[in-house]
Amino acid sequence: MDTNQYLEIFIEESKEHLQAMNEHLLGLEKDPGNIGIVNEVFRSAHTLKGMSATMGYEDLADLTHKMENVLDAIRNHKIAVTLEIMDIVFSSVDDLEAMVNDISSGGDGKRDVTEIVTKLLEIEQGETLLPPVVTREEPSVSLKSDLQYDEFERTVIEQSKEQGFTCYEVAIFLRADCVLKAARVFMIFEVLEKCGEVIKSVPPTEKLEEEKFDEYFTVTLITQEPAEDIEDKVKKVSEVDQVTVIEVANLSMNGPHQEEAAPAQEQKQMDVKQETKPTVKKMDDVKETKHAVTNKTIRVNIERLDILMNLFEELVIDRGRLESISSELNHSELNETVEHMSRISGDLQTIILNMRMVPVETVFNRFPKMVRQLTRDLNKQVNLEIIGAETELDRTVIDEIGDPLVHLIRNAMDHGIEMPADRVAKGKSAEGTVKLKAYHSGNHVFIEIEDDGAGINKDKVLRKALDKGIVTEEQVLTLSDRQIYELILASGFSTADSVSDLSGRGVGLDVVKTTIESLGGSITIDSVEGSGSIFSIQLPLTLSIISVMLVEVEKEKYAIPLSSIIETAIVKKDEVLNAHNQQVIDFRGKVVPLLFLENIFSVPRQDDNDRFYSIVIVRKGEKMAGLVVDSFIGQKEVVLKSLGNYLTNVFAISGATILGDGQVALIVDCNALIK
Amino acid sequence: MSETSAPSAVKVIAFQLVDKEYALPVHQVYSIEKLMHITRVPGTVPFVKGVINLRGVVTPIIDLRSRFGLTDEKYDDTTRIIIAALDDTEVGLIVDGANDVLDIPLDAIEPQPEVVGSMGDEYITGVAKLGKRLLIMLSLEKIFK
Repeated sequence: MDTNQYLEIFIEESKEHLQAMNEHLLGLEKDPGNIGIVNEVFRSAHTLKGMSATMGYEDLADLTHKMENVLDAIRNHKIAVTLEIMDIVFSSVDDLEAMVNDISSGGDGKRDVTEIVTKLLEIEQGETLLPPVVTREEPSVSLKSDLQYDEFERTVIEQSKEQGFTCYEVAIFLRADCVLKAARVFMIFEVLEKCGEVIKSVPPTEKLEEEKFDEYFTVTLITQEPAEDIEDKVKKVSEVDQVTVIEVANLSMNGPHQEEAAPAQEQKQMDVKQETKPTVKKMDDVKETKHAVTNKTIRVNIERLDILMNLFEELVIDRGRLESISSELNHSELNETVEHMSRISGDLQTIILNMRMVPVETVFNRFPKMVRQLTRDLNKQVNLEIIGAETELDRTVIDEIGDPLVHLIRNAMDHGIEMPADRVAKGKSAEGTVKLKAYHSGNHVFIEIEDDGAGINKDKVLRKALDKGIVTEEQVLTLSDRQIYELILASGFSTADSVSDLSGRGVGLDVVKTTIESLGGSITIDSVEGSGSIFSIQLPLTLSIISVMLVEVEKEKYAIPLSSIIETAIVKKDEVLNAHNQQVIDFRGKVVPLLFLENIFSVPRQDDNDRFYSIVIVRKGEKMAGLVVDSFIGQKEVVLKSLGNYLTNVFAISGATILGDGQVALIVDCNALIK
Repeated sequence: MSETSAPSAVKVIAFQLVDKEYALPVHQVYSIEKLMHITRVPGTVPFVKGVINLRGVVTPIIDLRSRFGLTDEKYDDTTRIIIAALDDTEVGLIVDGANDVLDIPLDAIEPQPEVVGSMGDEYITGVAKLGKRLLIMLSLEKIFK
């Protein structure tokens, strides 16, 4: 069979499955008793095995198979999860990754895995002595209800019973003339969620939300409240006809037979199971994960998205043109049509931009494993906290940001976090924390890497920088703390006394800096010696369409990016003060210097007798400045264009855009104006 | 474009600047545009008049008169912008008028002329004599510098 055409899909999907395995294995390590997680890993491994066998990668299939056997043994409580086993499973996943990478770079995916295979076999055959981690009673009484529970759900039900909860099956009949069934279902779920935890419903929640059921559905609830109370509460929801609450008695373990008998049912249960995470869930979580099940995705080549984006940019320009033509003509039907078109293209723009947006999760999710490995290599104890992994960034930025982050995290772990003994001696907990945090702010995304380690020793940095000739003695005196910290990003710099395998060769951090700057971002460092450092990366959200404020200076129009505008103001000329030959204004208690755009851009001047200045207050970081213009035109979405190869490095101009009337307006680079 | 022209001739665009005719090889010329609104770009050399919107592409404009140090003249109806490209740099050149597309036999092109008049000859690659017309062949590389 010619499998070439599937190769790309195979590689993509294999990587996804490997990533899923990694994540779940890490989860399993934290929560060794959780059979649900083992099932997830098993599922991924199984799919991978099937795919690689089909594609003819026997080694890959073989190793996956061996690993699957071990997982199966864990699943069936023949083997307990231990650190050693996890290590072996992890390293076999590493091997699998290496094989897949080999295939994607054109190799045949072969690799010597005998050692790891032997180890896996040893586990599988040898160490079956330990008792299972989750002890479970083996109830045998037959069940009253007609609902079937899979293994996982049964575990949940039994565990909750042990803790003094009761499990009920609530059968709800809606009135036949009920109009908004989905709404009723939602209300009922809300009532039930207040009483306890809903672990299952038949039909499944997504079917219920789509109103794909008759008047009747059943919900399994774990609660401490008595059955009558639940019945009464549910009945309070209007349009509910009848409610019956039955206690779920002991569950029989004959589930598998039933499942075989009803494969369709089983399928549904699998779906539910997939959604239902080990701990009993909340309704909104169920909804969220529901998307994961129902969403259908296709893979699109990024180039096609780029083409789409380019075409759309042209459309945006024409839209602007249409808008100005229709406002000139003042024809009501034309106006309506154009307005409608503007709205639609606005939506279209959001969608296209969103299509290019990828959650940073895709970058972040490789870090937990890396940190795990590093903690062992360095003999340190480090806990990685990830916050805001759902923050989205343009795809092109995502592709570039991975390596710099790897460097920074390694740096934080190697240089930042101290050895456990040192930490205890300093009165900190032995385990260090590295926090990786992403969030949106304005038109930017910030990614912060924070550690609670030793912080940066300013003197040491300065001495080193002097040694290496990065700064001179005179410069040292004028440097601010931040500037000193930023010296460690200079090329040829390294403060670690011993060069380790990870970092300390002074080649890493300057690459980080240049990569980030090439993406139009910036990096700043804050540090408190003894209690840690924060590396903060600022990145642009998207690269092509931006919101600007159009202003006029004499006859010329300029665009100022909204992201750097704080607000606009109109100030009387006699309110302007002079300080050191610099005109300033008092703006909300702060002294803000004024910059006259007509001077900066040497606009041909005509007389003006205006008593007022129109001022756009812009900022760069903490600093502010007031740009004096003649008038404000308004806010606009524009397509960012470059000035071409011929005009490079024009002072204080970051690019150009085409306005509705077909003219070019220049975009002011506020960062260049504020020192 | 017909590529049948023998290597013995070169196709050029001829244009007017003050009282002389100049020529650029046709493969370096993308299009000829009528004068349109030019947005001034501050902080550039004086002969860069600004940028225009050329069907969605922001294109810089050089005024050839000021580039060659000739007298400035008000733009009029015959003023044209010749969009020329060298590698991936696209630039518009303001000229007094676009005249013709011509085939110049290679043997009609003479190298460096002895006397060229008022303008600096560093922009010139040669002079072609075609009947009574005298065409000055220009080098884009030098103009773009």
